[in-house]
Amino acid sequence: MTELRRRAPAETEREAPANVSDDKETDTEERLGFHDHADGHADGEGEREGDGEAEGDSKADASEVPPATDDTPECLNKALQGLSSRWKNWWIRGILSLTMITGFSLLIYMGPIMLIPLVMAIQIKCFQEIIIIGYRVYHSYDLPWFRTLSWYFLVCVNYFFYGETLADYFGVLVQREEPLQFLVRYHRFISFTLYLTGFCVFVLSLVKKHYRLQFYMFAWTHVTLLIVVTQSHLVIQNLFEGLIWFIFPVSTVICNDIMAYVFGFFFGRTPLIQLSPKKTWEGFIGGFFSTVIFGFIFAYLLAQYQYFVCPVEFDSETNRFAVDCQPSSVFVLQVYTLPAIVQNVTRWETVTLYPFQIHSISISSFASLIGPFGGFFASGFKRAFKIKDFADTIPGHGGIMDRFDCQYLMATFVHVYLTSFIRGPNPSKVLQQLLVLHPEQQLSIFNALRSHLREKGVYQPVLY
Amino acid sequence: MTVDLVQISNCVTRKPIPGLDTYCPSQRDPHRNNFCFHHIYILQILGSWTQMFQIMTYWSIRRPLLKCITDAYSFNFITFYIMFGGFFLCTSVIYKNDRFLPPLQVLCVQIKCFHEIITIGYSVYHSYHLPWFRTLSWYFLLCVNYFFYGETVTDYFFTLVQREEPLRILSKYHRFISFALYLTGFCMFVLSLVKKHYRLQFYMFGWTHVTLLIIVTQSHLIIHNLFEGMIWFIVPISCVICNDIMAYMFGFFFGRTPLIKLSPKKTWEGFIGGFFATVVFGILLSYVMAGYRCFVCPVEFNSDSNSFTVDCEPSELFQLQDYSLPAALESLTGWVRVRMYPFQIHSIALSAFASIVGPFGGFFASGFKRAFKIKDFANTIPGHGGIMDRFDCQYLMATFVNVYIASFIRGPNPTKVIQQLMALRLDQQLHIFNSLKAHLTEKGLLPANEEVA
Repeated sequence: MTELRRRAPAETEREAPANVSDDKETDTEERLGFHDHADGHADGEGEREGDGEAEGDSKADASEVPPATDDTPECLNKALQGLSSRWKNWWIRGILSLTMITGFSLLIYMGPIMLIPLVMAIQIKCFQEIIIIGYRVYHSYDLPWFRTLSWYFLVCVNYFFYGETLADYFGVLVQREEPLQFLVRYHRFISFTLYLTGFCVFVLSLVKKHYRLQFYMFAWTHVTLLIVVTQSHLVIQNLFEGLIWFIFPVSTVICNDIMAYVFGFFFGRTPLIQLSPKKTWEGFIGGFFSTVIFGFIFAYLLAQYQYFVCPVEFDSETNRFAVDCQPSSVFVLQVYTLPAIVQNVTRWETVTLYPFQIHSISISSFASLIGPFGGFFASGFKRAFKIKDFADTIPGHGGIMDRFDCQYLMATFVHVYLTSFIRGPNPSKVLQQLLVLHPEQQLSIFNALRSHLREKGVYQPVLY
Repeated sequence: MTVDLVQISNCVTRKPIPGLDTYCPSQRDPHRNNFCFHHIYILQILGSWTQMFQIMTYWSIRRPLLKCITDAYSFNFITFYIMFGGFFLCTSVIYKNDRFLPPLQVLCVQIKCFHEIITIGYSVYHSYHLPWFRTLSWYFLLCVNYFFYGETVTDYFFTLVQREEPLRILSKYHRFISFALYLTGFCMFVLSLVKKHYRLQFYMFGWTHVTLLIIVTQSHLIIHNLFEGMIWFIVPISCVICNDIMAYMFGFFFGRTPLIKLSPKKTWEGFIGGFFATVVFGILLSYVMAGYRCFVCPVEFNSDSNSFTVDCEPSELFQLQDYSLPAALESLTGWVRVRMYPFQIHSIALSAFASIVGPFGGFFASGFKRAFKIKDFANTIPGHGGIMDRFDCQYLMATFVNVYIASFIRGPNPTKVIQQLMALRLDQQLHIFNSLKAHLTEKGLLPANEEVA
């Protein structure tokens, strides 16, 4: 996150021994633990393989992932030659941050058609990073079928989730094409069969001396899928609600990152949590207030544009995504009367706000208060497996997962928030379910709905 | 005339609608199902006596019998299934009109399986002394169960939920509440990370979550199957048990070629013999069960009498139909046609899955036990190990049956669709109404000219 990572060689050496000595103690303890366990449970099987396996595991724990190489491009290195290593690092991070933000804005400009592949690409990269860590920790490169199986499970789960999403949002397109209709109708069954095939291949691939390793990798793959894939799927669903539900949460998390870092840099004194020694209470609280204010203003700016606010729809005639609608009541300016206390202070009686700005306060609060826990979780994970960064994809920042660790909790929260407080169920999904029912049921629902609408005064019968 | 959509939801089920004006069948004869219930009540009493007798016999003759049968595995196997039969008989039926025990039993089995697997994790990682672990694991179990059971309750007890104010609020914000509960657990976990034990703690976190994923989601699916109709709960479980027993028998008498390295006692003869025997058993069992309404009908909660009712017109799946046999079978058996329930054809698919793919669940559990060098999951059942040992094949089966039902048997639940429809905005409802009207007109179900109200 916003920790100042010392990538320059001198400082890495100073820091690394401190880390390693801590971890050596853990290693010895775990080595003993595993040995004890191997002896204790040898009575059941009485096989030599048990000891061999335990030693293999503890060796895997003790070894460290090879230190990361410095991937900074040559041009940056030359430009920043004169500066001291600390400022050099600062500049690298700054430039890369700006590059990422610019790239992000460009993609937003290009619209949903680019954002969906972007989310998928990020998801695949995160999955790959976590799986590679698992391989390194357990030295399981040589085990049969592993990489194939992990990627196969990724493909299966993605197929399941994207099939469900696409069937909802591209309903009209799906109704038109015959093979797509078949795939949609039996979608769950097909996904389940694919998953089962992977499961059976896993069981058949169990090799005598490597049972535990294989089960670890199986569990590792599944937990990673659970975290990474489900939440990227939720990000896409938020996106379809309206670009603002994608841009705004992501921006608040980034802003909290930056603001907490800045406040910590200037005012930081009391450490926040043992896991991340560089985080401070001052940074945390300062970040919270500045994120709420930033969110409030940014929401005001974004809510004016139809491009951000309207749900993304697939126009079957032009075969493109269309973002065009009557903004819902959440994005229409409303007049609020201020409570008496605030009135005395500011001497304003009423204020015109978007209701979305009030929702933005809760989203920003979540990003500042609970979002960092995702970062702490990732820090704990890195310390547990003694890795510095998830990968080296972005120079100065580590891997993609390092940048996105806080985003995941955010995506789930925004999705749950949307479905609970903003909108009800998805109308196209309801319609799709209606069309699948028996004709008698459809007819009875039709009649009931007609009476209901008539009662509400909305139904205007049309004479042919 | 006010139309209460809530009232409608009670009636829009698989019953054929007699006319467009009346939505509900007019009278329910309270005595129609008494035969079924009394029958079962008697069976239940018999079952409890049988079980007590079995337990007493088992304990008294265990030791001398063990001396005669040299293979302790066979002995335990046989006695387990006899006892299980008695247990199943007495507790897997509806007791009178107002108590529906199976979901409770599924919950108990689930809790016990979770407990066994978590205990293994503790002993593997010596993590008894780590702070908060037991609390956190049980807390996560509680959260996930709350989420799933809340969704089930909202679907199936819709009218009851709408009536009671606190329940209605809980169900409206259900996802948010569950998510908040889960997040609290997550934050507690992060705060509980202790310096020297990071890896252990992450292992236990991962272990807990994978266990939850496997056990809780699938017990939830079992309950869904149950609400579809008891037959969808009883037939799959019986097929798996039958496959177990038959594969064992065939292996005992004819077993020669080993099947897989993971389980050296399994043989190809047992596997293939078990397959054929299970398919035949499945066909016979479904024939017997499909005749009884109390097994075949979906379980509904009647909000007027506040009780569960199992009463309906059996769907066409459970009505006898004539099938003409293909020429090959005709010449073999000399029958031209046969009367069967369509459900029996589905039961072939279910039995085939139970015999061919079900055992992989067992191999997975064997591999798991070998990987962590444990003999049994626990010692709950003397001689058999834990509950998980007995139920390892059932879990894959439950998911399969649920996916099978959703894909091939029924469409979405109409009650749920109405529920969602009611939650939409008026303009969205109007939009759906127009689309539905266009669809129905196209199908010819609606007259083209709409009459004015």
